[in-house]
Amino acid sequence: MAFFLQNLINALQWGSFYALIALGYSMVYSVLMLFNFAHGDIFMTGSYIGFFVASGLIALSATGTVAMPGWLILLLTILISMFLTSFVGIAVERIGYRPLRGAPRASAAITGLMIGIILETGNLALLGASRKKFPDLIETQTFTFAGVSVTNTKIMIVAVSLALMLALHLFIQRTKWGMAVRAMAYDFFVVPLMGVSINTIAVLTFAIGSALAAAAGILFGVAYPILDPYMGILFGWKAFVAAILGGRGSVLGAALAGFLLGFIEIFVAIIFPSTVRDLIAYSIILLILTFRPHGFFGEAYSAQLRL
Amino acid sequence: MMPLLQVENMTHFFGGLRAVHDYNLSIEKGEVRGLIGPNGAGKTTIFNLITGVYKPSEGKLALDGASIVGLQPHQIASMGIGRTFQNLRLWRHMTVLEHVRLGRYSKITYGLVGAFLGTPQRHREEAEIEAHAMRLMKLTHTDRFANTVVTNLPYGVQRRVELARALATEPKILFLDEPTAGMNPEELIDMMNIVREVHKELGMAIFLIEHRMKVVMDLCERIQTLVFGEVIAEGAPEEIRNNPQVIDAYLGKEVEA
Repeated sequence: MAFFLQNLINALQWGSFYALIALGYSMVYSVLMLFNFAHGDIFMTGSYIGFFVASGLIALSATGTVAMPGWLILLLTILISMFLTSFVGIAVERIGYRPLRGAPRASAAITGLMIGIILETGNLALLGASRKKFPDLIETQTFTFAGVSVTNTKIMIVAVSLALMLALHLFIQRTKWGMAVRAMAYDFFVVPLMGVSINTIAVLTFAIGSALAAAAGILFGVAYPILDPYMGILFGWKAFVAAILGGRGSVLGAALAGFLLGFIEIFVAIIFPSTVRDLIAYSIILLILTFRPHGFFGEAYSAQLRL
Repeated sequence: MMPLLQVENMTHFFGGLRAVHDYNLSIEKGEVRGLIGPNGAGKTTIFNLITGVYKPSEGKLALDGASIVGLQPHQIASMGIGRTFQNLRLWRHMTVLEHVRLGRYSKITYGLVGAFLGTPQRHREEAEIEAHAMRLMKLTHTDRFANTVVTNLPYGVQRRVELARALATEPKILFLDEPTAGMNPEELIDMMNIVREVHKELGMAIFLIEHRMKVVMDLCERIQTLVFGEVIAEGAPEEIRNNPQVIDAYLGKEVEA
């Protein structure tokens, strides 16, 4: 039992990253019906922005002008980086996707891949090939209850992720923009005719998705402090799988599927050697999708519905 | 006096196909105007052109004297053109109340802080929106279903929800695209009564596309007949009913024995 709980906690942490990233895929898809394939690289960019913000805050704190405890630096890093990374998302929408509105879907997909490569190689050109080490902001403490050990960072990561998801949920349920996001998921064509600007909503979903990816990037940096320009590729793909598994455009589905992915990966790794972890984990997911091609909360969209 | 909506010499091409040719329209405040014509005549295209879904190839469009050519659909909607659709276009899994509330999107001014923390401004606005929505739902006889998800409602009611949502944008002119399409006789009578009531209560102009002659003839003060993108007749219901060209277009030419 203790063994199970131990892995459950690990899976929750691992799944948090996927869930936060998958939300960005899902939100953009629900509004514009396109998958932003640069999203994994926005996660990477967010992580790097977090690295610089944290380093800056540490330096500032070290000068003694404003001495800050580690947790405060981390909190500020998350908030500032989310804010800054949202502009990366907005830029991607403006430069990459908006000119292609109305173009065939494949063009947008290819644009996404290209933006991804630009972000990766841009990072490489700017910062060089050496990896960055995310600074230690909070001292790791381990608590042990009934044979289950939990670190404070794990608790923090899961708690921050859940808090962000709750905030997103409230945003979607309670604000007029959230209501427009939901409406666009059902019928894109009608929304502007009710006085809602599609571009505003599109920008908003890119900004929110990117901010969540940045949060994931920083939390990831706290747990696994090595950053490299290509860290977003595999992570992005896996989170994309979570978004599909949750049901295209379903925010709740994306979050749940993100966690499910974490669980499957962690529990597969218990039984099998880690070299075959992804092979088996993603075969299981393929099997799930065979029986539920629209994912858990997805609907069979008809093409006609979108004009 | 300046008309509420004025369209002058509007022409539109889809590729090489001329869908609308030299179309003119002038609607006064509070007027109920009808647009009839056989399938494919270009009626819905005219709606899409005026509401900004398509940009006309040529022509002038003005609402309240201000040109609306080239504006985005959401801008035109905010300026006072509300509309419903020929095929139901509701947001499945959203409630009736949510539909009507989102229709008021451009009138909601409280921001993020208000939404999350419940500022007095939010409460005041929410109460206002709620009261306004309630009034519109009563008018369209959908108030009983306020918190029902629209997919669970009968067809006739769904069409009325569309009407309520369009009304929520506070249109100066309401475009109704075949509001009685696919309705059974009972639903049809309901809908006609509701449209009359709405017009009496709110007094906006109405521009109506209809296939059923009875509906247009009963509701509209003036009617245009469109065939192959061109207006072939315009006048009071009585004139239209007896116009030989209209009869030809609808029933085919009489063959002399």
